[in-house]
Amino acid sequence: MKQLKKLAIAASLAAALAGGLAAPQAFAQAKEQYFPILVYRTGAYAPNGVPWANGFIDYLKLVNAKGGINGVKISFEECETGYATDRGVECYERMKGKNGGATMFQPLSTGITFALTEKAPNDKIPIITAGYGRSESQNGAVFGWNFPLIGTYWMGADVLVQHIAKKEGGFDKLKGKKITLVYHDSPYGKEPIALLQERAKMHGFDLSLLPVAHPGVEQKATWLQIRQNKPDYVFLWGWGVMNSTALKEAQATGFPREKMYGVWWAGAEPDVKDVGEGAKGYNALAMQHGAEPNAKVVKDVLAMVHGKGQGTGPKEEVGQVLYMRGLISAMLSVEGVKKAQERYGKGKVMTGEQTRWGLENINLDQKTLDAMGFGGVMRPVQTSCLDHMGSAWARIHTWDGKKWNFTSDWYQGDEKVLRPLVMLTSGKYAEEKKIKPRTPEDCKK
Amino acid sequence: MSFFIETLLGGLMTGMLYALVALGFVLIYKASGVFNFAQGAMVLFAALAMARFSEWIPGWLGIESLFLANLIAIVLTVVVMFVVAWLVERLALRHLVNQNEATLLMATLGITYVLDGVGQTIFGSDIYKIDVGMPKDPVIMLESMFEGGVLINKEDFIAAAIAAILVAALTLFFQKTPTGRALRAVADDHQAALSVGIPLDRIWVIVWCVAGITALVAGIIWGSKLGVQFSLSTVALRALPVVILGGLTSVPGAIIGGLIIGVGEKLSEVYLGHYVGGGIEIWFAYMLALVFLLFRPQGLFGEKIIDRV
Amino acid sequence: MLYRENGQFKTTYQADQQIFPIAQDRWGVLLLIAFAFVGVPFLVDEYMFRAILIPFLILSLASLGVNLLVGYCGQITLGAGAFMAVGAYAGYNFLIRVPEMPVLGAILLGGATAAAVGIVFGVPSLRVRGLYLAVATLAAQFFWDWAFLRIKWFTNDSPSGNVSVSNLNVMGFEISSPLSKYIFCLSVLVVFGLAAKNMVRATIGRQWMAIRDMDVAAAVIGIRPMYAKLTAFAVSSFYVGVAGALWGFVHLGSWEPAAFSVDRSFQLLFMVIIGGLGSIMGSFFGAAFIVILPIFLNQFLPVLGALFGMEISTATVSHAEITIFGALIVFFLIVEPHGLARLWSTGKEKLRLWPFPH
Repeated sequence: MKQLKKLAIAASLAAALAGGLAAPQAFAQAKEQYFPILVYRTGAYAPNGVPWANGFIDYLKLVNAKGGINGVKISFEECETGYATDRGVECYERMKGKNGGATMFQPLSTGITFALTEKAPNDKIPIITAGYGRSESQNGAVFGWNFPLIGTYWMGADVLVQHIAKKEGGFDKLKGKKITLVYHDSPYGKEPIALLQERAKMHGFDLSLLPVAHPGVEQKATWLQIRQNKPDYVFLWGWGVMNSTALKEAQATGFPREKMYGVWWAGAEPDVKDVGEGAKGYNALAMQHGAEPNAKVVKDVLAMVHGKGQGTGPKEEVGQVLYMRGLISAMLSVEGVKKAQERYGKGKVMTGEQTRWGLENINLDQKTLDAMGFGGVMRPVQTSCLDHMGSAWARIHTWDGKKWNFTSDWYQGDEKVLRPLVMLTSGKYAEEKKIKPRTPEDCKK
Repeated sequence: MSFFIETLLGGLMTGMLYALVALGFVLIYKASGVFNFAQGAMVLFAALAMARFSEWIPGWLGIESLFLANLIAIVLTVVVMFVVAWLVERLALRHLVNQNEATLLMATLGITYVLDGVGQTIFGSDIYKIDVGMPKDPVIMLESMFEGGVLINKEDFIAAAIAAILVAALTLFFQKTPTGRALRAVADDHQAALSVGIPLDRIWVIVWCVAGITALVAGIIWGSKLGVQFSLSTVALRALPVVILGGLTSVPGAIIGGLIIGVGEKLSEVYLGHYVGGGIEIWFAYMLALVFLLFRPQGLFGEKIIDRV
Repeated sequence: MLYRENGQFKTTYQADQQIFPIAQDRWGVLLLIAFAFVGVPFLVDEYMFRAILIPFLILSLASLGVNLLVGYCGQITLGAGAFMAVGAYAGYNFLIRVPEMPVLGAILLGGATAAAVGIVFGVPSLRVRGLYLAVATLAAQFFWDWAFLRIKWFTNDSPSGNVSVSNLNVMGFEISSPLSKYIFCLSVLVVFGLAAKNMVRATIGRQWMAIRDMDVAAAVIGIRPMYAKLTAFAVSSFYVGVAGALWGFVHLGSWEPAAFSVDRSFQLLFMVIIGGLGSIMGSFFGAAFIVILPIFLNQFLPVLGALFGMEISTATVSHAEITIFGALIVFFLIVEPHGLARLWSTGKEKLRLWPFPH
């Protein structure tokens, strides 16, 4: 009898499983632009994933509060990936066809980006990777569906080298300097190496590489080596808990934080806030924007979204660095849809393919940006079919123990260094995949 | 030379912390034959509870003093860990008596998931801070002896001292108190212990509780060094080679194993790492343990495995 | 009533030794396989194929491999993820470096490489046992995680260490649509499943089981522990390696070492234990349970919340998901420590007697 009961439990569980998988197909609503959002609000990288997701969603809510994209409301849905590639792929498959089709995907994970890069061309859905992903995907002729808008790792690394050269008084002064890259041991952390090696060859500085294993809580050996080598600068290419651990170890080994430069994913509040005073003087790249509590768009969000009690996440975090990153990522995809509507009909729901055209033709000049409330936050963006990045501006900000302050002027990634590398690597990819690069004629279609 | 000493010391300190986590494994394995994979999750859970309590308590009770708040937080966390221990025994272990090792191992992995989920639901998944007033900045010592001196972290020293005190206290507890004797009896032979009237279920609760407290100590030290965040639970994976190197059943083994692994992985990373691109410390620790095991399959201090047909 | 062997007389040794001696079993399994090939494609949509069925098939194959080692030979391994990685990366290298290499060949050679690596990392099993061995196998896991990140040759010098394959073509068929991928994985699984079922009934399987039950005793009756253990490692790693190659080639298309991290190893061991140690059928049950349950919970909980008029945040859902997942695992281990396969066989026993149990 007892055995039978067990069987019954198992059977009912199986039935529930079968039922549940079929059930949650949400009902498609007409005339809504569907934005699937891949997030991670749990796990090792949650402290950084959460503010990004909050910013992203708040902006979509703001657009809806202002009446949608030319009247088309946005519907959105989150899917938790936990930064794991296979869960990300599952989310993608689950959401790509829902509600009339996904507009775009933004995986916020280099691993998931790589996996989706293979899938997106078949499904005709653009993959936006604002400030991450694979750097060579800037070449839209080969990577037709990837959009590393307003920043790639190569561009970021390039700006860091430029900044240091400026501090030292010119590129020729870099000769013989020692630069150490402390990086997250994953495709993400390894992205900048190619560019830094290129720059090292050009200017004769000494580049040493110190990998840190996921998730990066044990870095004693790394920092002992830094103490021994006494590099002139340390570049930090970390994500999540690795960043704050690095800062704490730097403090413990007495490495000056002023000589540490993080990438834009290592320069936000979660990375420094529990180090506090110990991180004072630490610099990081700002992917155009930093923490922007005074921007007009942030005030709009506070008034029209949080003011109505519809905010996502705590009010105090609105305008923080990663929040802004999510917000800008959302803005860029909304602008892509808006642009696409200009061609394919205002007030209509755009497909993924139409959105791609929009994303390839984004043209936000400073006046438009100011009008949208992004004055002082970012610089103009103009994409094209062959250039999927659209803007190569960045600056440096520094943690003063309480907040991030800008401490440098604008820099622009050097096309002369970046372009050959992008063409070389994307060419190799095209050859391997037997992709015929798009010509300017193809782009007009 | 001074750099070698620094690396050595760094390794010893890290090793001491590994030993603390390993101790939790050993305690539970000795008393119940369960290889408790949830030890890492318990460290995280305890640290999260501690961090959040000390953050909330000033608001709840209106206490200004950080010391008092920390103290109350520690007491509360101990209570929480007791409840966890009791629930684990009641809901899971009691029903799994006499299962094979792999099943028990998997059950504790299940418990890991539950603790991770519940911990993050109650206490949040952001990065939190434990401030027990540990000094953060380094000091340079022995400058007269070596060029440039030897850099030392007071924090590491305090941490190692706390770990040493805990080990001493545990040893006393096991050797001198009646409960400790009962624990050792259970470890030797469940059935014999039962037959002389030792209540097995209560002993298990106590063991899990003690493991919970070592988890708390480890959690406070790691947490105050690195911040409390989900990734803390991965220290369990760093402590595993320690456990098998020292022997699953030996408390001193966990300490010595911890020191060997700590020193071994730091020295290897610093002196061998750059020949092969770095990042070798984690697998080096496992390989080191494996090499030891090839010579002593029961670990350095484990009980001799006797085969009978 | 329906499920009864009365009246089925075996008149030859051959009939007595077939895989499924009971006619109903035989027909049932054949029907199931036929249904999987012919019926399923008409019933499910692309999401089911890509997100559930294909991962299920591939991980079933991997869990089958792990079960051969853990369930039949009694050697606990926590390094299965590493062997998946070896299979995937070795397959990749064969594919791009050897001209005119067929995809299937690359996958099988990937498996063979994994088998060779498995033998090397199986050597400690001759000396080390039980949990000590389990932890020792983690050495393989962390070593290969590191190797595929660090050694550029393995990843064809790609700057990020990520590799990808595309334009898969097996014997003239293009493997790109979800259906073709499904059929391909299913075919591989059927062949390997059949092979495994036969292997465990043959000499080699019996040797493994003897070693599992008591290796000293097995040695005394003349079984060579070295041969038995290392073949178990080799065969198991071969299965796992092929599964890894499929996971990379067919399921992900592009992957990094993190796709085969230590979590994957735990997941595979879970499948084997939840499904049932030492049971071919159990491997499939376990894989189904572990693949489907989290996805199901993730989608079902918000629906459940909506029923009660609550909106559950994504964070709460995923926390609840892992909590319930963990709790269910503990629950199943308590209710049926021998795994879902035992429930299955209990069910069959009952059916035999039904409806007259006395």
